Amino acid sequence: MDYLLIQMLNGVQLGLLMFLLAAGLTLTFGIMDLVNLAHGSLYMMGAYFAWTLIGWTGSFVLGALLALPATFLLGVVVEVVVARRLYARDHLAQVLATFGLILFFNELVRAVWGPEGKSIAVPAFLDHTVQILPGASYPAYRFALIVVGAAVALLLAWLVARTKLGMLIRAGASNRRMIGALGINIELLFTLVFGLGAVFAGLAGLMAAPIASVKIGMGDDILIVAFVIIVIGGIGSIKGAFVAAMIVGQIDIVGRAFLPDMLKTFMDPASASGAAPAISQVLIYVVMAAVLVWRPTGLFGQRS
Amino acid sequence: MTEPLLSAQALVKRFGGLLATDNVSIDVMPGEIHALIGPNGAGKTTLVSQLTGNLRPDTGTIRFAGRDVTRLPLHARVRLGLARSFQITAVLRDFTALDNVALAVQAHRGHSFRFLADVRTDRSLRDPARRGLEAVGLGARADTLAATLSHGEQRQLEIAMALAGEPRLLLLDEPMAGMGPEESQRLVGLLRELKSRCGMLLIEHDMDAVFALADRITVLVYGRAVATGTPEEIRADAQVRQAYLGEGTA
Amino acid sequence: MLAALRTPRGAVTALLLLLMAALPLLTQAFDQRYLLSVGTRIVIWSIAAASLNMILGYGGLVSFGHAAFFGIGGYAVGILSANGIQSGWIQWPLALGVAILWAALIGALSLRTRGVYFIMITLAFAQLVYYLSSGLEAYGGDDGLNISRSRFGGLVDLRDKASFYWLCLILLLATLWFSSRLVHSRFGYVLRGAKSNELRMTALGFPVFRYRLAAFVIAGAFGALSGILLANDGAYVSPAMMSWVKSGDLIVIVVLGGIGALFGPLYGAITFFAVEEFLKPLLDLLHRGWGEYWQIVFGPLLVIVALYAQGGIDSLLGRRHD
Repeated sequence: MDYLLIQMLNGVQLGLLMFLLAAGLTLTFGIMDLVNLAHGSLYMMGAYFAWTLIGWTGSFVLGALLALPATFLLGVVVEVVVARRLYARDHLAQVLATFGLILFFNELVRAVWGPEGKSIAVPAFLDHTVQILPGASYPAYRFALIVVGAAVALLLAWLVARTKLGMLIRAGASNRRMIGALGINIELLFTLVFGLGAVFAGLAGLMAAPIASVKIGMGDDILIVAFVIIVIGGIGSIKGAFVAAMIVGQIDIVGRAFLPDMLKTFMDPASASGAAPAISQVLIYVVMAAVLVWRPTGLFGQRS
Repeated sequence: MTEPLLSAQALVKRFGGLLATDNVSIDVMPGEIHALIGPNGAGKTTLVSQLTGNLRPDTGTIRFAGRDVTRLPLHARVRLGLARSFQITAVLRDFTALDNVALAVQAHRGHSFRFLADVRTDRSLRDPARRGLEAVGLGARADTLAATLSHGEQRQLEIAMALAGEPRLLLLDEPMAGMGPEESQRLVGLLRELKSRCGMLLIEHDMDAVFALADRITVLVYGRAVATGTPEEIRADAQVRQAYLGEGTA
Repeated sequence: MLAALRTPRGAVTALLLLLMAALPLLTQAFDQRYLLSVGTRIVIWSIAAASLNMILGYGGLVSFGHAAFFGIGGYAVGILSANGIQSGWIQWPLALGVAILWAALIGALSLRTRGVYFIMITLAFAQLVYYLSSGLEAYGGDDGLNISRSRFGGLVDLRDKASFYWLCLILLLATLWFSSRLVHSRFGYVLRGAKSNELRMTALGFPVFRYRLAAFVIAGAFGALSGILLANDGAYVSPAMMSWVKSGDLIVIVVLGGIGALFGPLYGAITFFAVEEFLKPLLDLLHRGWGEYWQIVFGPLLVIVALYAQGGIDSLLGRRHD
């Protein structure tokens, strides 16, 4: 029972991280109509910035807080130099150009930080476990991830639903010309949204760093899962991204945690533990295919 | 009395709370031009979409050429001889005028799972396509890219494509839209000539064209057919004048 | 035929094909065996790119999972080989059959979606195959599988580098020939018409979905052919051959060569591999050690191609007439 609870918490924590990554992606797609494959590069850059800044400042919190504006600036530069030229182009041009950006960023990191992976230590004040139920304890850092992730998700929900920026964001998705007519600088709005997405991606990257590792291409595989999430949720829908991220988080963790034992009932142990992670990945794609067959524009997507 | 070519009975279509088509019945006889008029938002496009198969009515039946086609998909209705030209000009812009019509001919010559033979030398497609272009007065523009044709010419091309399958009924969705008076006049002449070849359901805002061409007129207001009759009857109908033509009783 | 040689495109292509036909002799004469293996890779990737061009170029369907067919073709050969079936006469048709079935299945699901959903669902299905193969512990899992090359009796020995190269070249020419017929066939016109205006094609009476599905299956079969060849080239298959980056590379090659251009995939593949081979020494010449980071230059190059040069290399050779 405790094991199940802890695995489900892990699933929530993974889901929230994925949501942070997917939120920026779904915003840039929903509002600017941009397929940004390089979003995973911003996730990676956030982690590398944090590694360097934590080294300089000697403090996890300070380093992380400085890495966020750095990622924001990087996002703004990417938007101004490349992304904004892609909004009006077809998906093929967007895929090609942002694929080029991935190659660029991966190689840049290799040139600047070297080919070996880096690790960020769990900050001392979170390096313990907390009692969540009598007899069940959970790592404090992971618990903090859930808290921060949930807080950001709430902030984003509030931002989109209640603020003027959110109203513009929602209007931008459906009516670009209207925003222009309101006398709002649409270019600036798009740059801000892109930067905001970069910050979320960077935050996800640096928060994941202590439990995974900081390495080249770390954002690429996870980006595909983020794409799966926004496709399941419906492109442009923050709510959809959240629901889908939770579903995917649970599938992934449950698959990793329970599949090996289930497989062992009919496979030899070595093959079972080898096949389980692969099968839990496969499950995610099967769920996506099933959703798209049922609803070709995702769970919360607008029907065309 | 001959059987109508197209006959829709008691069509109803709702979008959420909006009753877009309210118990509409309409028919078109062979060789007849039946015009459908009504103010913007009257539900003309919704009605036409149900007739072509883009939309499925909630209730009601559609019979075409003696068959119940209510549940047939769009491409199957086209096969039976129900062709449509679009409100928004929709030619294949990257193809030449001749290619456009040849593709339309091809659509009616069996399946297109043929992978090797070159269509550019296939006379069973090219010859009828050329004749079709000539019939609408585009013979000289055969090798022009459709995207570079003028608006009026694209409309003519549309009609050539619609006619390529030798349809029994042609649905014309605002063919005069965006045309100058001269182009309109030419198109009216063209449609009158084509009348002998197939029946037409004409949706049009240009009243001069409607009254010049139509054998019968149906007036649609708020999703309901308020009147059907000859042009003279419609002109005289007080209800139509009030509801649609906007003339006061005074 | 001869008139075609007088256009820049015809002349360049003819020269290129002559050079390619003679490549094994040239590399032997100049003792540059390495170049032959690069040439073989270029030819195999050209077949894959040509198959992607059939749906991406003619059909406008941005499939971001085409490398899955590398893997399906490769693994079908590999798994049969590991189970003692070495005959190419059995391996190759079976591999193509599996690819056709898979393409029909995922095509039927993917083609229900449009736009970015299609891009993502094709990517996701490719990832699915990728993870499935990495879960095949009996066949090497993540590490891949060493295989022995397909046997064709005494007809052709795939272990001989030159024979294998020529076989690949013949298959490439066959692929391009089929492609050239396809574009101007009834089927090709429907496919291209649907790219231009799907709604209009449906209104004309074409069940567009069926034609796209057929194109997807054909492209999958030719894609698997390149996978079969790739497996035989290295006598090795692994999940890495269908990583999503390879699918991206294939799109890059198609666009680089010229979308929808007959020989575009070949131009694209040559450029793609040549850039790698030349950019490295060039950067090293500027500054020792920079060559290793050639993708810092290549990445932005792709951005520029995407933004300003979508006609690709083919457009440098003058206007196309089709």
